Amino acid sequence: MQVRRFAHGSRVPGWDEAADLTKDPAVVPDAASTPVPDELRAEIEGYIARYPDVRSAAIPALHAVQRWHGWCSPTAIEQAAVVMRLTPAYLSSVATFYDMFETHPKGDHTIYVCTNISCSLRGGDQIYEAMLSAGGDDPSFNIRSFECLGACDIAPMASVNGTYVGPLSEQDCATIVDDLRAGRPPLDAKNLAHRPVAAKLGEQAATVPQPDPASGPSAAQNDTAGPKDM
Amino acid sequence: MSESLLLFKEIDKPGLNTLDVYRGLGGYASLRRALTELTPDEVLSELQASGVRGRGGAGFPMGRKASFLPKGDMAKYLVCNADESEPGTFKDRELMQKTPHTLIEGIIITAYAVGANRSYIYIRGEYEMQADILEAALEEAKAAGFVGDRIFGSDFSLELWVHRGAGAYICGEETALLDSLEGKRGNPRLKPPFPAINGLYQGPTLINNVETLMNAPHVLRMGGAEYAKLGTEGSTGTKVVSVSGCVRRPGNYEVELGIPTRELIMNLAGGPPEGRTIKCFFPGGSSSPVLPGTDEMLDLPYDFDSLAKAGSMLGSGAIIVVDDSISIVDVALKTAKFYRHESCGKCTPCREGTNWTVKMLERVETGEATPMDLDIMASVCEQIMGNCLCVLGDAMAMPISSMIKHFREEFEAHIEAARESAGLGFLSPQVNRGRHAGQTPMEEPTGADPTAAVV
Repeated sequence: MQVRRFAHGSRVPGWDEAADLTKDPAVVPDAASTPVPDELRAEIEGYIARYPDVRSAAIPALHAVQRWHGWCSPTAIEQAAVVMRLTPAYLSSVATFYDMFETHPKGDHTIYVCTNISCSLRGGDQIYEAMLSAGGDDPSFNIRSFECLGACDIAPMASVNGTYVGPLSEQDCATIVDDLRAGRPPLDAKNLAHRPVAAKLGEQAATVPQPDPASGPSAAQNDTAGPKDM
Repeated sequence: MSESLLLFKEIDKPGLNTLDVYRGLGGYASLRRALTELTPDEVLSELQASGVRGRGGAGFPMGRKASFLPKGDMAKYLVCNADESEPGTFKDRELMQKTPHTLIEGIIITAYAVGANRSYIYIRGEYEMQADILEAALEEAKAAGFVGDRIFGSDFSLELWVHRGAGAYICGEETALLDSLEGKRGNPRLKPPFPAINGLYQGPTLINNVETLMNAPHVLRMGGAEYAKLGTEGSTGTKVVSVSGCVRRPGNYEVELGIPTRELIMNLAGGPPEGRTIKCFFPGGSSSPVLPGTDEMLDLPYDFDSLAKAGSMLGSGAIIVVDDSISIVDVALKTAKFYRHESCGKCTPCREGTNWTVKMLERVETGEATPMDLDIMASVCEQIMGNCLCVLGDAMAMPISSMIKHFREEFEAHIEAARESAGLGFLSPQVNRGRHAGQTPMEEPTGADPTAAVV
């Protein structure tokens, strides 16, 4: 049996790059040498005003710089740090904890495909694969399998640039990718915002296609075949 | 039936997320009454009389939790937990999206009852549309003078903000949520001191789930005693139940607590697809121990106490149905992987326990395991429970050990089948069958009883 190894040769995940021990720890950046766009500064200062403690604005500020720069780049974190008067290390520690902060460069379009239990019972893993084959090669797409997004009523579903769409079929994945490339709202017909409560859907919902074990692989078979998300 | 629908009564009325439509339906009347006619203590005693239990998972009575906050003039906080991340749960999403003003009204009423002057709605970062809707509703409420200084001319002032998280299941745990709200990594804190004494910014803090707070306006409108007549004695009121998985009509259904589980799964949600039967179901989100799909379990009243008696829990009120076409090993692996991913890593039993459970389940999946591994897995789960700062580890241990308990034969059959297809040969005989799964040990054949020789 082949044992999986990480880049540094170990069987356990760790750090691929060694820490530079000769470098001094980063201090609060100097405001004079760290330019911050006025609009971004105003937004972060607006968040700081909402809380008795400046640190509370860490997550909103990181969201703001991520929107501005596309990801939490070292420059982005430094800009947040200089406005908040915190060390970049503190903000990095926060950014690496949360799934939605990207600490590496990523594509413009973010697609989270839910592969948690309720979605995978209805074929979420196949949707993830179909999404990867539809847009996985394009560097402008950031396609990730994600934990439960809280929309199991439209399972299997995905969050496309923050918009929830579902229930998805494998054909829908190509439509989503095309819609994004053309600048249209992704798969608007299946947008969650248009959906009434389940009790009102009645028979309409009963016609939603179920994953059919005869024609498609069931969630059971898929789990062994699909890529592991960890 | 008319009064048994509270939160979902007008849920799809167009424009319910705007202040005008909400007020047209009698919205903010409870708030006006509370602030102009009642004292905070009277509001608190109404909440206590209603017997509303927390809708987020633990099921602690809301009024009692609020009464733990110290009286007096100090900075007190009310935090609304809208970090709904429990797999299978999506009730708060629909409620916040469609009737955000009910939440805002509930928060103001509850904040008035406990004397909190600063409040935050911690909403998970993925709910972007819902957060936008909430922020728009909040702007309307501020413009109308419902949030701000001296509301309705009373002495009560409240500052309320929407705080967006960034994707971490652990931040639904109340002390991790406080750390996250203070701008740290979301690690749980040691309890006691409980947040009611020492919470956000070291101040007394009340933390309630979205749906719990949304019940407050209805409690005041109906009166606590009248509200308590809904549901059962131990579980009052209505509950929005999220039904998902292998059912024909997944979705949110508001029901009175205490109705048979069968009614929810088979009638409202339409039951499993044609020709399939229910293998098992999670009655309260993926953290709750699974119950097999037997008639006895389906006839259980859906309330806090009955489910606890049956060895599971109501949790966040999310039923995930698994039908007979799905392998239980896959369900277990999916569940365990989720908790491994979401463990914050602070406590060793949870960090290591979730990791090793996933590794063992992967061995079960590929056929490298022996039935002994099932015992080891059950014992790992046993040692996670109660040994961590929060219950994230327990939340993996409970469903996994219940699956091993109810479906041990299927796990064993899966191991055998996978071994055979991988060409790994026969299994060695197993020992200690079911020791950790809460079953009576397999009886030894009478002639070969090892203890007989000792005596």
